[in-house]
Amino acid sequence: MALHKEVLINLENKAHELRHLCLNTVVWAGSGHVGGSLSSMDIMTVLFHKHMTVDPKNPKWEDRDRFILSKGHCGVGFAPVLADKGYFDKELLKEYNHTGSPLGMHLDSTKVPGVDASTGSLGHGLPIALGMALAARVTGKKYMTYCLIGDGECDEGVIWEAAMSISHYKATNVITIVDRNKCMMDGKTEDIMQLEPFADKWRAFGFEVMEIDGNNIVAIDEALSTAKDFKEKPVVIIAHTTKGCGVNFMEDNYRWHYGGLDEDKLKEAQNSLDSHYETRMKGA
Amino acid sequence: MAGLTYTVFDTTNLSTAEVYGKTLVELAKEHDDLVGLTADLAKSTKIGILAEHYPERFFNMGIAEQNLFGVAAGMATAGLTPFVSTFAVFTSMRALDQVHTDICYQNLNVKMIATHAGLSFGQAGSTHHCTEDIGIMRTMANLTVMVPADGTETAKAVHAAYHTDGPMYIRINRGFDQKLYESGDYEFEIGKAIELREGTDLTIIACGSCVYQAVEAAKILEATDGLKIRVLNMHTIKPLDNEAIMKAVHDTRRIITVEDHNIYGGLGSAVSEVIAEGGKACGFKRLGIPDTYSIIGLHEDLMNHYGIDTNGILDTVREIMGKDFEEDDDWEDEV
Repeated sequence: MALHKEVLINLENKAHELRHLCLNTVVWAGSGHVGGSLSSMDIMTVLFHKHMTVDPKNPKWEDRDRFILSKGHCGVGFAPVLADKGYFDKELLKEYNHTGSPLGMHLDSTKVPGVDASTGSLGHGLPIALGMALAARVTGKKYMTYCLIGDGECDEGVIWEAAMSISHYKATNVITIVDRNKCMMDGKTEDIMQLEPFADKWRAFGFEVMEIDGNNIVAIDEALSTAKDFKEKPVVIIAHTTKGCGVNFMEDNYRWHYGGLDEDKLKEAQNSLDSHYETRMKGA
Repeated sequence: MAGLTYTVFDTTNLSTAEVYGKTLVELAKEHDDLVGLTADLAKSTKIGILAEHYPERFFNMGIAEQNLFGVAAGMATAGLTPFVSTFAVFTSMRALDQVHTDICYQNLNVKMIATHAGLSFGQAGSTHHCTEDIGIMRTMANLTVMVPADGTETAKAVHAAYHTDGPMYIRINRGFDQKLYESGDYEFEIGKAIELREGTDLTIIACGSCVYQAVEAAKILEATDGLKIRVLNMHTIKPLDNEAIMKAVHDTRRIITVEDHNIYGGLGSAVSEVIAEGGKACGFKRLGIPDTYSIIGLHEDLMNHYGIDTNGILDTVREIMGKDFEEDDDWEDEV
């Protein structure tokens, strides 16, 4: 079903607001993985504000949908989503990376409400997501598990171990989403370690592949709606995104995988986000 | 607890891993949350027996150990109690990042029952031996590390693991172990050493298959040398029974550790840390694999080769008994 215009505008506003909060968090933290946080912000926004059934006041609710940020370095993107959703006080974001703070570069599931798995070492999230999905099968639960992985992360062999087993166990209650921003720490994914033909690889592992514009709210919503009801085989959504999406000097620039912002750069980034938002709203 | 008392008959006819499998089926019968996972080692580790009784609660993840432990972690977050079995070498090294980050860091209720530990897969060679795992696993915060002495004790350790919340590593051998216990009718408490023989001349602290060897050596030493040797079955390496160690230092002033593991990092290292920090002088010797990759052979022959069997213990006890480890015999002048 097409996204109601009002809902779309609300989601666009939320994604914009969260991008700003992400930039502020980077400043409070001193630095952070801002590029991948911004590329995946639209996906996290649509998940947490449209598709996932969760209760921020009861973060361990056993029937909740699960979300695993397997690209765990994007904590400066994920923590603002959780704080804004009401899992914890937004003021806590100001203590990000401070000594003894519960919020660090890679979010800790034992310390941060709403974090379903401690991630950071790449490739770990997808097996954990499968474990949650298989547990739902054993316990008769209906929850969905969403796992957001990075494209560079797919260099890890264990991603493909997990893909093979998701397919083998026909775990259609786990939806894999790849943030395909085509950048990694040291360069472009295709220069560092070729992933293409990427979709074919997932197909060969038994997945239904959906390729979408991962910075388009409507496309993300449609893909998730379709994926949830698709029960023939597991679905992977390859979300083609732009690293640093919304900030012109970060966009498609792998050097902004990780970085900090001084006052001038923050202002410039904020202005760029606002222009980006205006352009997007014209299309909404 | 019905069905969990093991008899001589059971442990004579079942290998240690078979006792583990049987125990697991009994636990699974009573507890719906128990699930089993392996990586194509259902038969070798004996966890496969669970699939015969509860196929819907058994998951073979193929030859993919990293995925195996990640999946188990995910299951534990959802309230299941996963028992995961593959060889010790793969549990402690191949998939260590997952064991560390997914299971121990998140303090999840995953029970890792690792088989074919030490040199028990004798002829398979060092790719399948595991003489590093105790050292590796005891540095994982939150993790309990147990090394039961025989089949009977394995049943008790597995039972205790299910009934105690938190991540656990239980290290067992391939095949049959020498029977230490005639029955399961004894107190087994995680973190509490068991004094198998009282003595005041020297204490042997052992774990796993070396406990039986220690007891046999102690019997001989009493008969032939007139020595009263205390034997501690240190079935739990972490948390370690510091009190039993310091009591041994005080009462016997000579300690030998025996383990089927590299002398670095394992039981001997753990015990020596306690002694060193205890501040009391003590004659001390670690028996284990002397920081080398083992030759191949039958397990008992390898234990003999590296001096961690009865003969090796006898030689070492006699050596230590003849050593003067401090200038005088006045205990009270020690710091």
